[in-house]
Amino acid sequence: MAKIKFQLNGKPVSLETDLNRRLLDVLREDFSLTGVKEGCGEGECGACAVLLDHEIVNSCSVPIANVMNKDIVTIEGYSTTSRYQVLREAFEEEGAVQCGFCTPGMMIASESLLHKNPNPTDEEIKIGLSGNLCRCTGYNMIIKAIKRAMKDGDGKW
Amino acid sequence: MVNGYLPTTLKEALELLNEHNLRIVAGGTDMLVQHHNLKTLPIDFKQDVLYIANIPELQGITEDDEYIRIGACEPLESILEHPATPKLLKDTIIEMASPAIRHSGTLGGNIGNASPAGDSLVPLYLMNAALEIQSIEGTRTVDIKEFITGVRKIALKPNELITKIILDKVEFTKAIFKKVGPRRSDAISKLSFAGAITIQDNKITDLRFAFGSVNITVVRHPEIECNYITKTVEELKQSVDDIVGAYQNFIRPIDDQRSNKAYRKQVSLNLLRDFIVTL
Repeated sequence: MAKIKFQLNGKPVSLETDLNRRLLDVLREDFSLTGVKEGCGEGECGACAVLLDHEIVNSCSVPIANVMNKDIVTIEGYSTTSRYQVLREAFEEEGAVQCGFCTPGMMIASESLLHKNPNPTDEEIKIGLSGNLCRCTGYNMIIKAIKRAMKDGDGKW
Repeated sequence: MVNGYLPTTLKEALELLNEHNLRIVAGGTDMLVQHHNLKTLPIDFKQDVLYIANIPELQGITEDDEYIRIGACEPLESILEHPATPKLLKDTIIEMASPAIRHSGTLGGNIGNASPAGDSLVPLYLMNAALEIQSIEGTRTVDIKEFITGVRKIALKPNELITKIILDKVEFTKAIFKKVGPRRSDAISKLSFAGAITIQDNKITDLRFAFGSVNITVVRHPEIECNYITKTVEELKQSVDDIVGAYQNFIRPIDDQRSNKAYRKQVSLNLLRDFIVTL
């Protein structure tokens, strides 16, 4: 057991825990942040994606020990931002949500991409989303949604 | 229950390694899959763990006139974005995993893992990478080909840590990395190939080939490469059958869930042939 401190959705948190736990389990079990989904559990599907220091990581593949003093944002924290509102409306307009299981990860991937590169090409969008699987296979609508968000949210990224 | 250690300095990490028998974890992207547990239970490590990802001395990239030194725990995505990173290594990293995994995964981790399918190992063998290894007793440097001794086997003493990856500053006329996998991202390679050539005054001055996922570790044979130094590109192309033939016996893949022997061998040799005939 050890004490782990980090920023979670803008607030400092600390917990006494086994260092050998996955960030995914700490977020879901200890903080009830169930927007973070477990899909494959092997880093291949992106359903568990969160932002670590504003970059996408798979929380199933990050030991909690590596999160010490880092800044974590989950879909719950991201949903309070104006950028999220732009993305949400774009996802709705383009029909980018089908069953919805991949959607939190897709939005985290979109934010990570646009934060680093506010004007990505189609190819760069595809690379940005390449670690996220949508089993409804609605990729084209998700790519369109990101392009719409780039336009509608001009200046936000 | 196994313990975890979270040192904040390299000195502290080396002292812990000297006192305990520890499993070293960097980004954890492969270790967490290898030691997967039932949902919500702690990661199923069999021995105490040393977490090194955020130790400051293991981060960063520096360069001088001769060498580029990459911190063992520098994330792959940061290496991809760094101006000092050789193009061949960038061309390889962009083919590795996904942005999410590249933000966590490290070059030192990919080397320490020593998977026959480790993508970064192919350009690192080709570029004659050296590794800086530290323990409380001191620092040593070892060539990557001496360091990786087999499938997931490395020449690292229990109290040692990989601290840096050291690359020569070498520029090739042409250098390529090709990976064959079932998906653009997050795919473990069926096979991979890297080729590099330097041509001056129409003569070949440097020629290197490396193959991944087709033997217990990366296949590289400088004794074949050196036969074509001082030759012209036309002479090299005329020798393509001999070169492909020379590698036949060294490409010894296995059948597994990702691919099979015949496919891996044929495609590896096709990539070698294609590199030469399209020069």
